[in-house]
Amino acid sequence: MTQTDKTKPKAGGLSRRSVLKSGAAAAAASAFPAPMLWAQNIKDIKIVHVGQSYSTIPNIAEKANEDLDFTVEMQTAPDLTTQVNRMLSQPKSLDVTDVGNTTLKYYVGRGFLQPLNVSEYKYWDKTVPLFTSGTYPSGEKASMQGYAPIKAQYYTGPDAMEYSLEPTEWLVGMPLYYNADTLGIRPDLIGRPIDSWAELLNPEFSGKVALQDGTGVGVPDAAMALEAMGDVSYVDKGNMTREEIDKTIEKLIEYKRDGHFRSFWTNFDQSVQLMASGEVVLQSMWSPAVTEVRTRGVECVYNGMKEGYRGWYIMMMPMAHLEGLKRECAIEYMNWYNSGWAGAFISRQGFYNSVPENVKSHMTENEYGYWYEGKPATEAVLNPFGKVMEEAGVVRDGGALWDRMGNIGIWNTLMDEDRYLVRRWQDFLAA
Amino acid sequence: MTVSPKVASWLQVAPMAFVFTAMVLIPLGIIFVVSFLDYNFAQVFPEIYMGSWQDALYSRLTVDLYLTVFKFLLITLTITFAIGFSLAYFLVFHVRSNGMRLALLAAAAIPFWTPGPIRMVSWVPLLGKEGLVNQALLGLGLIDAPLDWLLYSQFAVVLAYINLLTLAMLGPITHSMAKIPRSLIQAAQDQGASEWQIIREVILPLCKPGIAIGTIFICTAVLGDFFIVKIMSGGQTNTPANAIATELAAFQYPPAAAKSVMLLVVVVILVSVLLRFVDIRKELQR
Repeated sequence: MTQTDKTKPKAGGLSRRSVLKSGAAAAAASAFPAPMLWAQNIKDIKIVHVGQSYSTIPNIAEKANEDLDFTVEMQTAPDLTTQVNRMLSQPKSLDVTDVGNTTLKYYVGRGFLQPLNVSEYKYWDKTVPLFTSGTYPSGEKASMQGYAPIKAQYYTGPDAMEYSLEPTEWLVGMPLYYNADTLGIRPDLIGRPIDSWAELLNPEFSGKVALQDGTGVGVPDAAMALEAMGDVSYVDKGNMTREEIDKTIEKLIEYKRDGHFRSFWTNFDQSVQLMASGEVVLQSMWSPAVTEVRTRGVECVYNGMKEGYRGWYIMMMPMAHLEGLKRECAIEYMNWYNSGWAGAFISRQGFYNSVPENVKSHMTENEYGYWYEGKPATEAVLNPFGKVMEEAGVVRDGGALWDRMGNIGIWNTLMDEDRYLVRRWQDFLAA
Repeated sequence: MTVSPKVASWLQVAPMAFVFTAMVLIPLGIIFVVSFLDYNFAQVFPEIYMGSWQDALYSRLTVDLYLTVFKFLLITLTITFAIGFSLAYFLVFHVRSNGMRLALLAAAAIPFWTPGPIRMVSWVPLLGKEGLVNQALLGLGLIDAPLDWLLYSQFAVVLAYINLLTLAMLGPITHSMAKIPRSLIQAAQDQGASEWQIIREVILPLCKPGIAIGTIFICTAVLGDFFIVKIMSGGQTNTPANAIATELAAFQYPPAAAKSVMLLVVVVILVSVLLRFVDIRKELQR
């Protein structure tokens, strides 16, 4: 907290916006006494961005260093555990970070992140409404089951102590990517359409399904299936009560004892291998993993289920220790990241960027049509590294951005009863 | 200038003592303290909470976790001992040339020529539903449907342990066996002992230190492993080490700390019992 406060002068009785404006002006005045010095100083600044392999990509770092006057150093954490532990124990060893929605609950009120003011982020007006107001473009309210974007998009105040469900001018961060996940299907081994999460627990596929090994993704997937089957009913399956957790785990233990699950997967490669080798015919997957299975010449479809998709998003945030010129650079880097080039790069892997308008000008009409608009590819679609992802004529599974993102049944989550859930999950794994 | 022998030996142990204190004892002390604290959402609060220990000591989960890992340990020990002892016997008493003996011993290390993760991945094309073993069995008409317990099962876990840990048994036993004077065997033969009697009454007792050291290697490897269990069982088997890993991944440090201390105590007891069968200092001298 003290670090956040340091950069913001106290000004009782003023509105938040005016505090920010005077604060920023004061910071600017003291940081750049002369234009010469600014140009000189900025060269020596290095922004350390710690993320995971999906965001800290060497090609993006190279382009950032080309476009920006300061240095950007990307560091890739091998996994989420390492990344979060580093943020918690050595917050000053990084300047900017990006994390998925399943961990956002860990950071609030802890004092190592700082808010991003709406006025500092250039593209907030162009950001999809899912983040700015928690609605779909139609104006309809998006699902609130699980860790929905609007639950951790705004702070109540500059002290970053609490998340606000109502818009404020203090952003938790800049939404980076998001996607709608669903079941990956081997049509050649199933031979009929799959359109409900209930199929994941259908005895027909006993011994041929896999579950993601975790309480933030695997449990929401299982809850979608249990609810669809009518086995368990929930008030909010993204934030279960102890009783609901008990019922869920007991049901899952029954399925596990019957040998229903072939395997659990923890990472991208495992999910691809399970599907491509035919060990599994049905499992929850990430979009790029489905594409990877297809590029191996194995049929795999990824259509939406009638109960909706499982949504997730990644947020980029500035660390609390940033101040003065370095803070300005970090904010500029974040703005750069969503200005189009990097967003287009990531979109070619099947994720969506939160400012589609910016991305559009950095993609070909064919690419944008295929990834965002649900149009058939007019020529081969390439991934960011030049590998053919889809041939001409193919339409993205699930269709256009809002056909997929506009139908979320649950979000990846971190439940209030996390402690109890993890304990019961251990029972499930041991059963 | 001379130093008294007493001072000299203190000076000699000082560096190791320092490293051991700084890198082992102090972190262990912190882990022990954390296991008594309250926690939630990646935070540890400075308030006493006995729940982690209650759960570690009295829950059905702990019983299940240890039953599973001791089952793995016993099966692995039995099979690696059987294979390790027979191979050692063959190498020491039946292979004539020294060069051949070394070459064969080195061949036992072939599984270690590839890195662990790749070795784990390559079990799938071998043991999977469409893997080589199933294809061969189907082709021979021995089975009608692919066997699914070959992979992502407890069988698969034990198989991987045997594949990796037989060498840990073979090495120390070979070492012990090679030190048995040939004259002892000769004497037994002169007294009319059969080969089987010689193995049982001369070789086996003299190999005890090797067996004990091999057992220590395997105990610590199996009790401390979470990677092989996770991959080979497809995440469907939980052991004490896996339970700790799950809790660390959920940023729940106190219960993970309690389980770690408990696992450490179990390993220390096992190793100290095993050390009664072997005098490490004597082994190193010869």
